[in-house]
Amino acid sequence: MTPIPAPPVLLSALTPVLVILAAGALVLLLDLVPPRDTKQHLGGLALGGFVASLLASVWFWDADLRAFRDMIALDNFALFFNLVIGYAGALVVLLSMDYVRRTGAETGEYYALVLFAGSGMMLLGSATDLIVVFLSLELMSLSLYVLAGLFKTRLDSGEASMKYFLLGAFASSFLLYGIALVYGATGSTNFDKVAAALAGKAPDGLVVVGLGLMLVGFGFKLSSVPFHMWAPDVYQGAPTTVTAFIATGSKAAAFAAVIRLLFSALRSMQPDWTVLLWGVAALTMTVGNVVAIAQSNLKRMLAYSSVAHVGYMLVGLVAGGASGAGAVLFYLLAYTFTTAGTFGVISLCGRTSGDESVDVRDYAGLARRHPLLAFVLSLFLLSLIGIPPLAGFVGKFYLFGAAVRGGYLWLVVIGVLNSAIAAYYYLRVIVYMYMREPEEAIPAGLVPSFAGGLALAISIVGIVLLGVMPAPFANLAVAAVAPLLK
Amino acid sequence: MVEYLPILMTFGAAAAVAGALLGLPYLLAPKRVTPVKAQPFECGKDPIAVSEGRFAIKFAMIAIFFILIDIELLFVWPWAALYRRLGWFGFAEMLVFLGILMLGFLYIWKKGGLEWE
Amino acid sequence: MSLHGYLTLGALVFAIGLFGVVTRRNAVGMLLGIELMLNAVNINLVAFSRFHADLGGIVFSLFTIAITVAEVALGLAIVIVIFRVRKTIEADRLDLLRG
Repeated sequence: MTPIPAPPVLLSALTPVLVILAAGALVLLLDLVPPRDTKQHLGGLALGGFVASLLASVWFWDADLRAFRDMIALDNFALFFNLVIGYAGALVVLLSMDYVRRTGAETGEYYALVLFAGSGMMLLGSATDLIVVFLSLELMSLSLYVLAGLFKTRLDSGEASMKYFLLGAFASSFLLYGIALVYGATGSTNFDKVAAALAGKAPDGLVVVGLGLMLVGFGFKLSSVPFHMWAPDVYQGAPTTVTAFIATGSKAAAFAAVIRLLFSALRSMQPDWTVLLWGVAALTMTVGNVVAIAQSNLKRMLAYSSVAHVGYMLVGLVAGGASGAGAVLFYLLAYTFTTAGTFGVISLCGRTSGDESVDVRDYAGLARRHPLLAFVLSLFLLSLIGIPPLAGFVGKFYLFGAAVRGGYLWLVVIGVLNSAIAAYYYLRVIVYMYMREPEEAIPAGLVPSFAGGLALAISIVGIVLLGVMPAPFANLAVAAVAPLLK
Repeated sequence: MVEYLPILMTFGAAAAVAGALLGLPYLLAPKRVTPVKAQPFECGKDPIAVSEGRFAIKFAMIAIFFILIDIELLFVWPWAALYRRLGWFGFAEMLVFLGILMLGFLYIWKKGGLEWE
Repeated sequence: MSLHGYLTLGALVFAIGLFGVVTRRNAVGMLLGIELMLNAVNINLVAFSRFHADLGGIVFSLFTIAITVAEVALGLAIVIVIFRVRKTIEADRLDLLRG
């Protein structure tokens, strides 16, 4: 009967995640006792959770904590992603407050699930063990599957949820198989130990297959070609605010896990995964942009556009090193603000009955009816194209610059050509807003919402700030990847 | 680690067989769909119900709650086996775990998930 | 049985599950295939754990089982929600979202 000594517990390394989890549990409790008709206070609580987590992340900046037998790391890399995800979560909650009530889907579990998904995303950024990677990925994904099906009486929402779930679970099993093979080859699931076991040896078949299977699994989560089929359907069917969260938060979190995995655990296999990612990046950019041209549904178009943006970010991973990875982090920050804003505008455009205006034609003549809204949407779209002085331009500049320095000139050529193609379908929306007359009886109207307006204002400030003075944020991104490249 | 090569070969062979089983009928088999063929096979009779069968949704609801609560025993079991050796630390850990689980249970209960009618 | 035996078993079960997911038209059938794939991984994890004499793999497989069950429960819940609205769970007939 020898007692087992209590392991050291360093909960402070989990502070930003725990804050969000506690907020989620509190939302569930307050939803029960006292039952109220409106859930506005729960939205406020969720917002408070994300803001508190953001503050905690800022407070811990430059910390280097390791906890739970090196399963969790709270370093600048994790904190940077906490900031990106915290912002995404806060913007999504702000946009949701009026949106879910208008669409008749206001429930306490909506905010709780957004918080739980957010905590899973943040945990992915901190994970330094394959077990934690898998668990946090599932925490994020399971919450998002439910959120996608939030409109219980609408078929497209249920269908989106079903497709997201089936393909997501399918991808998880590939990821898990890859993890098992890497564990089998190295005898550990810890990133550092995996790296140590792989160092200085020619990679054997088991690890190569494991790497491939893990990249398939992450490819689904990132929606990179050829694993992007779910993205347009899910983006279209899911509630717009949830789409915004899937497009920003879950993408950032998956990138966090991929970057940490590739740059720390599998760094000795860089030649292998660079070749693989080169091809995936080129394909992802091209397919995303070319198919987006044919879309008339705005949410579908943005889904393909987000596929293309994943392609640009993969260029940064191919380039590698501090400049490449740093550029990816900067781009994710810029992309989060831009995409959350774009979907935010869509969530505000609609009829009071709950239907949304998602067709390009609905936006004809919007500039005359709501000049400010049209201008805001134009700014976001221009940032997505990459027009200076907005965030998207600087992000692409850093990404392609890093790739040129890395000697991947052809990939940059493909990327620049793709940016030119992309301009076409973004500009088409602007042309509709400013130069076309509405054809049908019910054009897009504006549903006023203070919280939604606030979210749009924050996003605008974000993309202009990142575009006009990018240097401090770029330094932040490079400081964030430094712990990985030690 | 060349000795793992056979596993990869097995995996490849399995994938090839599965792929061939999928692909060959598609290529070779003649396709003549007639209304009669498209019907579900019910021993020569006309089908009288949906082929998926019927089930009461409340059974499925209870079943889902059951497996969710049931599977948590997976974590309680190893803990119980080492209960004395883990001491107060283990006790506190399990309280936290069960506390979160009970929060979920309370939520199901209060939301009326357990009401039969 | 050697490690190879277990790994071969795992790979075969995984392939069978994959085959099931690809061929099934019924959402519940696809779910069953995914379950098979996830459980194939458990065989691998436990076999490797034994091979390396390291408990990590077994602990991992406990978590995997729990997550798998959570996925099944969620999948069935989504099926129920869709069934209530649409009266079918054939994946082929879920074709509202097209571009």
